[in-house]
Amino acid sequence: MSLALFGRLLILAALAFACAGAVLGFHAGRSRSALALKLARRFAYAFAGALILATLVMEYALLTHDFSVSYVAQVGSRATPIHITIVSLWSSLEGSILFWGLVLAVFVAALTRSLRDKNLAFAPDTIGVVLAIGSFFAFLLAGPANPFGDVPNVPLDGPGPNPLLQNHPLMIVHPPLLYLGYVGMAIPFAMGAAALIHGGMSSAWMSSIRRWMLIPWTFLTGGIVMGGWWAYEVLGWGGYWAWDPVENASFLPWLTATAFLHAAMLQERRGQLKAWTLVLLFVTFALTILGTFMTRSGVFNSVHSFTQSAIGPTFLVFLAVVLIFSVFLLAFRVNTLEPGRPLRSWRSRDFAFIFNNLLLVLFTFTVLVGTCFPLLVEAIRGAKLSVGEPFFNQFALPIGTAIVFLMGIGPALPWGRASADDAKTALLWPVVLSVVVTSGAAGLLMAQGHEPKLWPLLCVAASTLALVVALRDMWTPIRALRKRHDSGLGTAAIKALKRGRRRYGGQIVHIGVALVTLSIGISGGYREIGEKLLKRGESMKVGDYTLTFAGSKNVSDPHRQRILGIVRVASGDRQMGEMYPAMNHYPRQMNPIGTPAVRSTLTGDLYLSAMQIDPAGSFIGLRVYLNPAVPWLWVGMFVMMVGGTISAWPGRRRKRGPAAAEAA
Amino acid sequence: MSSQASRAGGPKKKLFFTVAIVIVVGAIGFLAFGGIGKNLVYYWNPTELLQNEARAVGAKIRLGGMVKQGSLPKSYNAEKFSELTFVVTDMKHDVKVHTRSVPPQMFREGIGVVIEGTYTKEGVFESERLLVKHGNEYQPPKPGEAVDTKKLMKSMAESKK
Repeated sequence: MSLALFGRLLILAALAFACAGAVLGFHAGRSRSALALKLARRFAYAFAGALILATLVMEYALLTHDFSVSYVAQVGSRATPIHITIVSLWSSLEGSILFWGLVLAVFVAALTRSLRDKNLAFAPDTIGVVLAIGSFFAFLLAGPANPFGDVPNVPLDGPGPNPLLQNHPLMIVHPPLLYLGYVGMAIPFAMGAAALIHGGMSSAWMSSIRRWMLIPWTFLTGGIVMGGWWAYEVLGWGGYWAWDPVENASFLPWLTATAFLHAAMLQERRGQLKAWTLVLLFVTFALTILGTFMTRSGVFNSVHSFTQSAIGPTFLVFLAVVLIFSVFLLAFRVNTLEPGRPLRSWRSRDFAFIFNNLLLVLFTFTVLVGTCFPLLVEAIRGAKLSVGEPFFNQFALPIGTAIVFLMGIGPALPWGRASADDAKTALLWPVVLSVVVTSGAAGLLMAQGHEPKLWPLLCVAASTLALVVALRDMWTPIRALRKRHDSGLGTAAIKALKRGRRRYGGQIVHIGVALVTLSIGISGGYREIGEKLLKRGESMKVGDYTLTFAGSKNVSDPHRQRILGIVRVASGDRQMGEMYPAMNHYPRQMNPIGTPAVRSTLTGDLYLSAMQIDPAGSFIGLRVYLNPAVPWLWVGMFVMMVGGTISAWPGRRRKRGPAAAEAA
Repeated sequence: MSSQASRAGGPKKKLFFTVAIVIVVGAIGFLAFGGIGKNLVYYWNPTELLQNEARAVGAKIRLGGMVKQGSLPKSYNAEKFSELTFVVTDMKHDVKVHTRSVPPQMFREGIGVVIEGTYTKEGVFESERLLVKHGNEYQPPKPGEAVDTKKLMKSMAESKK
């Protein structure tokens, strides 16, 4: 049996398991049949197993260069290094859908396991919904995006994956993170839908949904920022974010998921906004499907859109099904939810959360409008256009800054109601510190001869406020523990972390957001650019740096030829060594691809991008960017991911009852 | 549920809804007047550009076409470059382009380009950024054939940013 046939059979088996499991899951939800639930769970595992095995078959085909498998013939190449061959699983359409299936399989298996032996009313319908989603992806793999096609005349070698995807190690990390984020959001969606199908919602179930959302949220955060990082390190245009449709596609569900994470807390603690929380959950999942459609169908041009395929319409149909299903569920089942308690005061964390939700949704709405507008125009008038960055920035700056300010106000206030005096006391020091730091930053800028600009300084003010409040919120319990037990700082900190994992996780995320905001504000406001054609020995000055072109050198890698421009860097009188912006030539690709050279310090990056390099080394077309504070964006991302992980980490208390007994 | 909740809510709930409505109305207003129309980037070939000449002046445009044979100065040599004037064509109409930015590695006559910039009253396309065709999908036209600018734009996707 050929590998292609074996792969196809596995996909068909996965499709059959998913359909059978979905039907049984829903049946178990209605009949409460223990047998049906048991079978549904078995089918869920079988579905996961078949897809995992199918992915392994594909990896085997890629690694053995079996060009009789259509996907291998499309992206494989004997010259490609082995680590890139492994990751070329997600370098083109069919493989990326298979990878999507793999991630879904892992999540489904983990979810099914987490629901084991608990007499949870919502479990059968949850399995039903995730397997219904699983059936859709198995169907895609069986038909419109089949990676296991037969190749009639087996070629001796293939073209290799897109060179842009071979140019940087971040390409190995960014797509899996993004997929883990995108696909993982199917799980909380299924859990929320199950609550409505079954009727009702409990605080415990909402808390469980929130944790299942935190996991993909953490991955998505990393995926989005690493996508920007990759663009920064590879594409050579000196920036990390351009409000490109594919970037927006990843950002949209992140915004609504963030809104959900906050709304869910309000719901857990105060029983408020039950229906709204579910709406956010459904919208988030719908946005991941819309995003996949936008990135994968080729309606937008980008490095993510592959050659036209039948997958676009299929995704649109799926999106329509998800939306109609969600609207019907909400319309007919929302009455099964108990009404929540009303908001008691606007001087409360509750109100800050509600306001944060409104702003996040507003943000989502404007980004969505800007992203979809060109599609509408093209559909109606047939004209091709895109919405420029200024449109997005004009909304993103005020809304984003307002959200970060709220991030400093909300956690400082108590749940429920604060008296005017309490609110003043809680906010006095953070506000004072924020004003002091911002004035200091303005003074520093003016001392260095920069003009103070509004938005960067507002970003500094907002992130300082959030930072101070987050640190204080983390410090208070530690101080209390130290006083009570007279213990050392380390012991108290560990104890406090263990007791308040969610609180600490959340505040660490907030610190990460504050760092990201600082970085965006400063790098957006104070970047410097220079561009010049330098002959050998010639120099150019950008900021404090003097850059001298000292010739070029040619390097041969197995899969590419590189021309490195040798640029000597000096800051004032100090020599800082050489940097090597490069031009890469790949076989079978006519045009070279530039790779920028980046030197990072704590305060910012020196970023050199070659537009052209003379192979004989007599001249270079050089573009230079001074990007202040950009490294803090990557640091902020890691901090956010650490915080998300701490929050999502399973607590010990959960392992009580029969499940724990069996596990032990 | 919502009707029950709002009845139970009283003035605070009203406050919430007022704030919500103000924000939503503000947002729509912002959108309507915030000028999505002013921030559009048009994807045109020379023919389309000349058809939309009135709108083109001052607008942000991505012009796709081919560097016309014989339109680069005879002495053109990247090494001597400081600024450059050449013609972009779709084999039906021509547009004169002026650039101060350093052209990319493969820049030469007969190559597909996408140029970001704007059109001036003097009838010259002022370029901010110059990209040459990328990837393997786009094939240059055979002699006498029109340039498929749609396909060209698509093939430029990878270097879009």
